[in-house]
Amino acid sequence: MTTRNEVRPAGPVVIDIENITKDYVMGEEIVRALRGVSLRIHKNEYIAIMGPSGSGKSTLMNMLGCLDTPTSGRYEFNGKSVAEMDDDELAAIRNREIGFVFQTFNLLPRSTSLRNVELPLIYAGVDADSREERATQTLTDVGLGDRIHHKPNELSGGQRQRVAIARALVNKPSIILADEPTGNLDSKTGEEIMALLEDLYRRGNTIILVTHERDIAAHARRTVHLRDGLIESDETGVVPKQETMAAH
Amino acid sequence: MKRFLYELSESWKIAAAQMRSNMTRSTLTALGVIIGIVAVTLMGTAISGIQAGFDKSMSIFGDDVLYVGQWPWKRVDDWWNYRDRKKIKTEYAEPLNRMIAMTPNSNLQIAIPTSSVVRSVKYMDSEVNNVFVRGTVSDYIITSTFDFKEGRFFNELESRGGANVCVIGYDVADALFPSTSPIDKSVLINGQAFKVVGVISRQGSFLGLFSLDSIVVMPLPAFQKYFTAKSEAEILVKVKDKTKLAEAKDELAGLMRRVRGLPPEKKDDFSINEQQALKSTLDPIKNSIAVAGLFITGLSLFVGAIGIMNITFVSVKERTKEIGTRKALGARRRTILLQFLIESTALCLLGGVIGLTFAFAMCFLIGIAFPSFPIHFSLGLVITSMIVSVMTGLVSGFAPAWTASRLDPVTALRYE
Repeated sequence: MTTRNEVRPAGPVVIDIENITKDYVMGEEIVRALRGVSLRIHKNEYIAIMGPSGSGKSTLMNMLGCLDTPTSGRYEFNGKSVAEMDDDELAAIRNREIGFVFQTFNLLPRSTSLRNVELPLIYAGVDADSREERATQTLTDVGLGDRIHHKPNELSGGQRQRVAIARALVNKPSIILADEPTGNLDSKTGEEIMALLEDLYRRGNTIILVTHERDIAAHARRTVHLRDGLIESDETGVVPKQETMAAH
Repeated sequence: MKRFLYELSESWKIAAAQMRSNMTRSTLTALGVIIGIVAVTLMGTAISGIQAGFDKSMSIFGDDVLYVGQWPWKRVDDWWNYRDRKKIKTEYAEPLNRMIAMTPNSNLQIAIPTSSVVRSVKYMDSEVNNVFVRGTVSDYIITSTFDFKEGRFFNELESRGGANVCVIGYDVADALFPSTSPIDKSVLINGQAFKVVGVISRQGSFLGLFSLDSIVVMPLPAFQKYFTAKSEAEILVKVKDKTKLAEAKDELAGLMRRVRGLPPEKKDDFSINEQQALKSTLDPIKNSIAVAGLFITGLSLFVGAIGIMNITFVSVKERTKEIGTRKALGARRRTILLQFLIESTALCLLGGVIGLTFAFAMCFLIGIAFPSFPIHFSLGLVITSMIVSVMTGLVSGFAPAWTASRLDPVTALRYE
């Protein structure tokens, strides 16, 4: 925990969001999930997005993950405007630039770890030999070198999330987008996963963490709080965990 | 392109895994396609079997022989116009042969007179009914394709002299002489004894309907001495070159008109037949089998396609979250579309393969049970069935696959 304070120098801007809004039609009502959010995320950042449910946290995550496009506002990913992209262009961005880690792991139940990790490479058009080599290497990197031929139901929750992280990493994305990555894990396993993310950050990955848990968010170097579709606070700097808790 | 191939092979793997894990469901769903493929295969087998059997039977007739008779071999609607025609006489053969000999470069080789009746044949206590008894000349052997199991055909001397000799067909020999050789024995026809000089080897049956082996052939003068009543004459004319059958037919028609002394304004009062004419009588049978078969096939494939479409919709619904995950990982619309199309196609192919296996087994069993029924299981049918299966899969899978490909990734990921 002593090296936790290390902050890597921020690189070029990866995500540049300006005044983004998102409206949903729910029956008769229009729900304004995001009401003008501006955010700039650099390479080598470790950022947590926090907020209570209904704060627009999930909507913002979907925008950042290019799963959805904003109603208005500007979104540039690595300098390319995402807001006007069609489905297939968004799919290509998701495939190459974003690594998703889900709360429920979302592994394909009937496929081995290896095949799960190979999936993004298939969609990227990587040939079979390199796919297997890269997937095996990535699984080894997350500590599952001896589990590559296991299916998800033969793995523990923590191991499943490691497979999911390997899948997120395998295409060397610009950012890793983790949505409540410890939400379905006990606290000990959760800490292990957080340690893995910390390790990935140190090795030069950019991590966006979406969570409602303070001590999970405390692992990040920067914390963005959302409330009612707006950014409430954006704090940079590492504060020891205890103090973070005390501050609220 | 490379990426497309990877996605394709990936989709096949998913489809295979999906079917393995839902074996019962997959098989039940494929049932409609199975029935459809069985129907299409059996129909095709029946049609090509009839065709093959017909061709085999036809070869007995010889494709280089023209048959001059009172009636045409095809169905006629104005049968009364033919009924009153003058009978064909065996005596026509002589002037025909004379004219053929005088015509330079004639397309015709020889005319053979024949006359036939149906009678019973007896030997000791045994009797065979409905035997085709035919009187002809020794040259008859030229126009026929049969071989001899025993003995020989009657010679020219016996033919001219009208000796009481005969050649019997395989079935007649089999029925009357089960354990001995019929050669030099005498059979009784109309109470008249005829010495057997030869046995024709087995000819088989015509389309499995009636036997070509229930026959007795004897010299024409002998025939005319005893069997004039109700006999029907036919002149067989062998053609020199079977590729010039049409010319030969015209030439023969001209000769027959001269024999009959017909003035130019009168229509032919005889028919010149060839085996080709018989083929056309087969078409209505083949067509009705095809129409019935197509109807059954179409109906069961339609039901099958709806089943496949339904199950693919279920599969899409069940795996909404998986579709969301795949989209998050970079699967494009096309990829998802392809995945589910291949899944439905694989299901149909499974049905096709099972259906073909069934049909093949059924053909095999029919072949064992009814050896005379012509069975013809061809590679073309296998390919047709496979194409039909694939098409059914693509058509029935399209709507669900399209729905899946259009799913919004956010909604799909949130689906529980």
